[in-house]
Amino acid sequence: MTAQDTADAVPELPATLWRDPEPKRGYDVVIVGGGGHGLATAYYLARNHGITDVAVVDKGWLAGGNMARNTTIIRSNYLLDASAGIYEHAMKLWEGLADDLDCPILFSQRGVLNLAHSPQDVREGVRRVNANRLNGIDAEWLDPRQALEICPILNISPDVRYPVLGATYQPRAGIARHDYVAWGFARAADRLGVDLIQDCEVTGIEVDSGRVTGVSTTRGLLTARKVALCAAGHSSVLAEMAGLRLPVQSHPLQALVSELLEPVHPTVVMSNAVHVYVSQAHKGELVMGAGIDQYNSYAQRGGLHVIQRQLAAALELFPIFARAHVLRTWGGIVDVTPDASAILGLTPIDGLYLNCGWGTGGFKATPGAGWCYADTIANGVPHPLAAPLTLERFATGALVDEHGAAAVAH
Amino acid sequence: MLIECPWCGPRDETEFHYGGQAHVSYPDDPSVLTDEQWARYLFYRDNPQGRFAERWCHGSACRRWFNAVRDTRTHQIVATYRTGESAPVT
Repeated sequence: MTAQDTADAVPELPATLWRDPEPKRGYDVVIVGGGGHGLATAYYLARNHGITDVAVVDKGWLAGGNMARNTTIIRSNYLLDASAGIYEHAMKLWEGLADDLDCPILFSQRGVLNLAHSPQDVREGVRRVNANRLNGIDAEWLDPRQALEICPILNISPDVRYPVLGATYQPRAGIARHDYVAWGFARAADRLGVDLIQDCEVTGIEVDSGRVTGVSTTRGLLTARKVALCAAGHSSVLAEMAGLRLPVQSHPLQALVSELLEPVHPTVVMSNAVHVYVSQAHKGELVMGAGIDQYNSYAQRGGLHVIQRQLAAALELFPIFARAHVLRTWGGIVDVTPDASAILGLTPIDGLYLNCGWGTGGFKATPGAGWCYADTIANGVPHPLAAPLTLERFATGALVDEHGAAAVAH
Repeated sequence: MLIECPWCGPRDETEFHYGGQAHVSYPDDPSVLTDEQWARYLFYRDNPQGRFAERWCHGSACRRWFNAVRDTRTHQIVATYRTGESAPVT
């Protein structure tokens, strides 16, 4: 960890970053959901396509949903070409994003280890490293000793329930400051003329003869030539307003932080097998995530036993954490698809666009998803990187089965 | 979360496995379905914000499947009932 990553390097931002406009009566494009994906989509619509008559509406405040609740891990080491394409596109955008947005986002490329705990994990990991390399993505296979060199606090003893047998390593992976990312996109979109409208809940999607005409909101009717859904865990509820059923299920996903600690954890460690992923944030808190709670939910909370299991797994991997305290736990609602890949593209309703199903892994995709979604909305055809992620794949059978690289620790 | 197994009584959630939406019946004649219709059966499930009839399995005890009506906004379980019965509340 470099000095730049430590607490005193966290920069101050101005008190006011964007206007707080009254909604106009109509827009060219209305984006529903002011999280990372919605804000990024608005920014790229304006910057890449010159479409600035855009509103982003949110029922709460900007980036107050999953954007405020994720564990900020960024990586692109996915198995399949379709996933690798869009996540690596996102990674390249992350690498230039602070300059592009003229806003610090504290993107720290400290690398990610994905641990293997069984012979099958090892085979899967080696295969994924090879697939990553064929797709031009940095990836290495490490034995336990090499993993220990990357992360000296990792327990590689064979005398544990799930010993570390090896790890994949993506050096360019890392973490970013999630709220700065949202604010950076928001300010940049605002400067290009996008209206960011908070406290504005969509209560209906207006459709006339198979074509979308606008949205009803708690702040009045907004007409729109195009409506772009970007609401993560609440996508099913919104889509139903347009009579559209989605192959997604909403689940709680929980995370937690410790109190602030001295820098001890120099990278990001993830383990699908024991269901935990851990990094240390810039300020010093350990940030950990778990797998989803098993049942459908919109409650933004989950069961304590999930946290307990996750901490038990973390303690076995990192005995040094034994004296740390849990400061806070929370949950967000994630939308999970049958193949653990996102849905990004057109819908059967003209002018209605869909971006959902990122499940537990939406944050890392933020710039890439926004870029491809904006292009899809602007041109009315899927961006090439989003083409495999259409809704139609569930009928054609061309699934993008990323359970191996995505399932628990997305 | 306490779940009332219709055979064993109230037990902790950790004893149960979730099975998703209840009352999804297998198509009478799958061979006549279009790809779209088959996809609807295979991949599409309700995802309501509110009461949801869903399947649970009491894996740590009687190992039997049963159904529950649970509110996805509060996690409150309104009713549990045996497989084959229709939901006592909606």
